[in-house]
Amino acid sequence: MDLSHIFNSKKVLVAVFYAVFAFSSFSSFAKAQQQELATTSEHEAIESLTEEEEEDITKIILHHISDAHDWQFWGHGDHRVALPLPVILWTDKGLVTFMSNKYPHNEKGTTVFEEDGQSLVNYHGKYYYPSNTKNKEGQYLELDESHMPTNAQPLDLSITKNVVSMFISMGLLLVIFISIARTYKKREGKAPKGLQSLLEPVILFIRDDVAKPQLGYRYAAFMPYLLTVFFFVWINNLLGLIPLFPGGANLTGNIAITLMLALCTFILTTINGNKNYWGHVFKPHVPWWLYPLMIPVEIIGLFTKPIALTIRLFANITAGHILILALISLIFILKSVFVAGVAIPFVLFINVIELVVGFIQAFIFTILSALFIGMAIEEHVEH
Amino acid sequence: MTLLALNPLVSPDPGLFIWSTIAFVLLFFLLSKFAWKPIVKALDERERSIEDALTKAEMAKEELSKLTNENEQLLKQARGERDEILKEAKILKDQIVHDAKNLAQIESSKMIEKARHEIHNQKIAALEDIKNQVATLSLDIATKILRKQFEDQKKQQALVTDLVETIELN
Repeated sequence: MDLSHIFNSKKVLVAVFYAVFAFSSFSSFAKAQQQELATTSEHEAIESLTEEEEEDITKIILHHISDAHDWQFWGHGDHRVALPLPVILWTDKGLVTFMSNKYPHNEKGTTVFEEDGQSLVNYHGKYYYPSNTKNKEGQYLELDESHMPTNAQPLDLSITKNVVSMFISMGLLLVIFISIARTYKKREGKAPKGLQSLLEPVILFIRDDVAKPQLGYRYAAFMPYLLTVFFFVWINNLLGLIPLFPGGANLTGNIAITLMLALCTFILTTINGNKNYWGHVFKPHVPWWLYPLMIPVEIIGLFTKPIALTIRLFANITAGHILILALISLIFILKSVFVAGVAIPFVLFINVIELVVGFIQAFIFTILSALFIGMAIEEHVEH
Repeated sequence: MTLLALNPLVSPDPGLFIWSTIAFVLLFFLLSKFAWKPIVKALDERERSIEDALTKAEMAKEELSKLTNENEQLLKQARGERDEILKEAKILKDQIVHDAKNLAQIESSKMIEKARHEIHNQKIAALEDIKNQVATLSLDIATKILRKQFEDQKKQQALVTDLVETIELN
């Protein structure tokens, strides 16, 4: 196992690199968000027409990249065309279900509706228990200084846009790969053909360049997980780039999804961790008097890995979506159709980059998952 | 945490989290059972069969080269043998021609000798004959001459006297 020395240094380097990268991108993103929110509130105070539009654009961009209870195709207000989706809420009074278009589209929190004896209010696409009295802006909500409602929320188990998108991607994955598996059975020992020959190099890439180098001879047990993660992330990245239904749902740019995926890797790492792995955490190779420092660091290290995974994928995909939307919004901000001459080529350029990023992020997520699992199952090496 | 609370984008939505967990776990099991298992197995098998085929091809190549070598060896040997045979045949032919020549020479010389002998014999016989004839002719001539000479009595007398005178009686 002379390879594992290189492996050790490499994996430490990679982990450090990505942790730093993820943290910096995360913090800059958060800062930008804070600023956006700050400007939003300022604008509301001034109430000028152009600024209202700018604020609208920020809202539209944020609206586009976040989850929704229906799938909007086009239009606004009364001309809004959207695919209604079921809303499932676990409220104080039990399960409440209704279609999202049952009540008029109002996300300002100014109307209260009652379903199954439970009164609810919708504010920015989220359902809240309404306050008893209106606030000064006519909303049945109590907003804090950053305009976030402090009202309690029911547990929202709705089939949202992202959930539908996820089901579509699942269906696609199942159809594609089960048909490929059938082709493999039918054309046993023959050269690949059609879709099979398109995806076989990718499968082999995951096996030979991701699983084998990171996991060694025990790679086979983790192949199904790595392949599932890779293709799940990849297809959702690609679907997210399609602006029309059934694409455009920014699923992998949603932190709940990336958190779920990272937690899967974390669980696999934790349950497969061998004596050597836990030994590194609780009995690191340092003088004993450094233990009080090293052991907490190692324990924090266990959790920073999945957090880095979560933030990286989320931030990269969301940033791409925001970039494209912002470039398109330039046309409306500058109010000139000629801006399109600059903006559209840029959007096209970013879109092509996003295609690559979609693959790279899926690959990085998979290779880091493999690396973390590899660290957990690595056999003891004499240092 | 205040940061997370600030922005709806970075606060995970519990509903989506639950749905995605269910969906992903389901997807994982379905794909593992119906897709990844047969695909990975088929890929491994194909790789093994390709490796096998390559090894076999290599072996066949070796076998072929061995066979070719053998063939060449055989051909070489055959060629050598042919040359040997041709050489031997040539020697034999030369021998036969030589022998025949010798034989012919001996025969011819024998015949020539015989002919010479015959010629010699014939010559002797002819000479003998000629001698005989010459003798007879000479006798005839002598007789005739003598007869002519002794037709005269006196001559006969003279001769006898001559002869008698020459005889010395001791």
